[in-house]
Amino acid sequence: MHQIWTWVFEPGFFSSAPVHVAVVTGGVAAIVSAVTGVFTVMRGQSFAGHALGDVSAAGGSGALLVGLNPLLGFVGLGIFGAGVMDMIGVRRVRGRDLATGIVLGAAIGLSALFLYLDTATGATSGAPQQILFGSIFSITSGTIPVVVIFSLISLASIALAWRPLLLATVSPDIAAARGVRVRVVGLLYMLALAVSVGLSSLAVGAILSTALLIGPAAIALRVTRTAGRALATACLTGIGTTWLGILLAYDSYYWGAGHQGLPVSFFIVALIFAGYLLSGLPAARIAAGRRETASHAAASPARDQIAA
Amino acid sequence: MFAGFMMNTWAVATIVAPVAGIVGFFVVLRGSAFPAHAIPKGAFAGAAGASLLGISTLAGLAAFSLLGAIGIGALGRRARSDVATALALVMMLALGAAFLSRTTQYEPEIYALLFGEILGVSSTELLPVAILGAICIAAVGLLYRPLMLSSVVPEVAGAKGIRSRRMEICFLIVVALATAMTVPVVGALLIFSLMIGPPAAARSLTSRPVLAMLLSVAFALVTVWAAIAASYACNWPVGFFVGVFAALCYGAGRAWAAWHRSRATRDPGLRLLAAADHA
Repeated sequence: MHQIWTWVFEPGFFSSAPVHVAVVTGGVAAIVSAVTGVFTVMRGQSFAGHALGDVSAAGGSGALLVGLNPLLGFVGLGIFGAGVMDMIGVRRVRGRDLATGIVLGAAIGLSALFLYLDTATGATSGAPQQILFGSIFSITSGTIPVVVIFSLISLASIALAWRPLLLATVSPDIAAARGVRVRVVGLLYMLALAVSVGLSSLAVGAILSTALLIGPAAIALRVTRTAGRALATACLTGIGTTWLGILLAYDSYYWGAGHQGLPVSFFIVALIFAGYLLSGLPAARIAAGRRETASHAAASPARDQIAA
Repeated sequence: MFAGFMMNTWAVATIVAPVAGIVGFFVVLRGSAFPAHAIPKGAFAGAAGASLLGISTLAGLAAFSLLGAIGIGALGRRARSDVATALALVMMLALGAAFLSRTTQYEPEIYALLFGEILGVSSTELLPVAILGAICIAAVGLLYRPLMLSSVVPEVAGAKGIRSRRMEICFLIVVALATAMTVPVVGALLIFSLMIGPPAAARSLTSRPVLAMLLSVAFALVTVWAAIAASYACNWPVGFFVGVFAALCYGAGRAWAAWHRSRATRDPGLRLLAAADHA
C-alpha cells in the first residue's frame, strides 16, 4: 500500500515549497482562465485569447528592459492591445480575427525588439525562454498575493457583467433590443480577458495560458447544456488537469535514469488535449443529450456558440 | 547592404514574399488568420526537436507544420475551427517545450527561428526554399478554382461536388509548406504578418482576385525589402520591422477604404453599394 502511495506521490511532493506555490498559482490561474474561457469560446474569440498572451509577453519584455516589474508590463500592454483589437475589429468574425492578427504581429515585433535590446544590454539571459514558456515552478511566493488580487479583479468584472455579457454573447440583437450596450459589454469583456490572460501568462507561461483558457471551457461546453454548469465543469476540469499535471511533472524527475523530468506545461496540455478528444467521443455527446452537428461553418458566434 | 554576404538574404526574401503574398490572399479571404499564426508557431516546436536530434531544421519545420495543418483540419471536423486551432497549437508548443527541456544549449538559434535573422542565410538554403516556394505556387495554381469557390461561395462549391472539409485541409497544407520555407529570415512568429498585412491592404484596394493577388505580392515584397534594409541600417531585429510595416500596410489599406467610402457616400445612389462593400 505504502509502495503504491510513493509510486503515485514521489517522496517530497507534499512538502516541496515550489510545489505548494505551483498548486496555488496554477489553481488560481485555472479558475480565472476557465471562467473567462467559457465566454471566450462562446464568443469565438479564441484567437484573441491566445494573441493577448503574446501581446502580454511583449509587455513583459519591455518592462524587464526598463527595470519595471514584469507584471505591470504583462497586464498593461495586454489591456492596451485588447483595446486596440476591440477598436479596429469589425463586427464580422473574419475582420475581427484579422484585426487581432495585425495587433499580434506588431506586438511580436515589439517582443523581438525588446528581447534583442535586453540581451544586448546584457541584462538577462534565458529571457526568450522565460517569457515564451514561463515556468510554473519558478514563481516566487512573493508574487502570489499580486496574482490573487488581479484574478479577483478579473473575476469580479465578469461576475458584475454576467447577465448582459451572456445575453450579448448568445444573441447580440436581442441584447441590444433589451437595452444592453453590446459594444460596451464587448469592450469590458476584452479588458477582462486581457487581465486574465496577462496574469496567467506571467504565472504559468504563454502555452498554459492559452491551454487553460480554451481547453477546459471547450470540454465543458461540449458535455454540459447550461452556462452555469459549463462554468462549474470548466473550473473543475481546469483545476484537475493542472494539479494532476503538477504531480506528473514532479514524478517525472524520478522516471528513467536521466533524472531530468519533463516540463509541467507538457503534462497539463497533454491532459487537456486528451480530455478534449475524450469529450468528443460519441458516448460523451450522447450522455450530454446533444444531437451531433455534422457541419461546422465559419458562422456568426451566435449560431454555434454552444457547440465547441 | 548589398555586399556578398547579404545577397543570400535578399534572394530568400524575394522568393519568400511572393509566396506569402499569394497564399496570404487566401488566408485573408478565408478568415484563416489564426491557423496562419498557429501553424508557423507550432512548426517552431518541431524545428527545436529536429535540432535536438541533429536533423536539418528545415525538415523539422516542414514535418511539424504539416502535422499542425493536419491536426487543425482533423480537430476542426466536429468543432469550432478556432478552438481546434488553439488546442492543436498548444499541443505542439507543449511538445516543443518538452524537446527544449532536454537541452540548454542553443538560445541564439531559438531567437533566430522565432524572430528571423538576416545574417543567418546560407547558400545551401536557397535551393530548398526556392523549390518549396515553387511547389506552393503550383499548388495554389492547381487548386485555384475550387479554392476560390469554396472560399467565397461555399454552398455553390458544395453543389459542384467540392467538399469544403477537403479544401480546408488542402489549404492548410499549402499554408504549412509556405510556412516551412519562410521561417528562415523572417522567423516563425512573423511570417504570418506577411501573410495578412499586405494581402489585407491589397483587398482593401480591389476586390478583383487576380489584381488583388498581384498587389498582395507587390506589398509583401516592399514590406520585406524595407524591413531588411531598416534592420541592416540600425541593427534592430528584422522581425520588428516586418511586424510594424505589415501593420502599417493594413492600416493604410483600411484608411484608403474608409476615404474611398466617404467619397462614394456623397452620392446617395452609391451609398448602398459602399455599405455593401464595407467588410
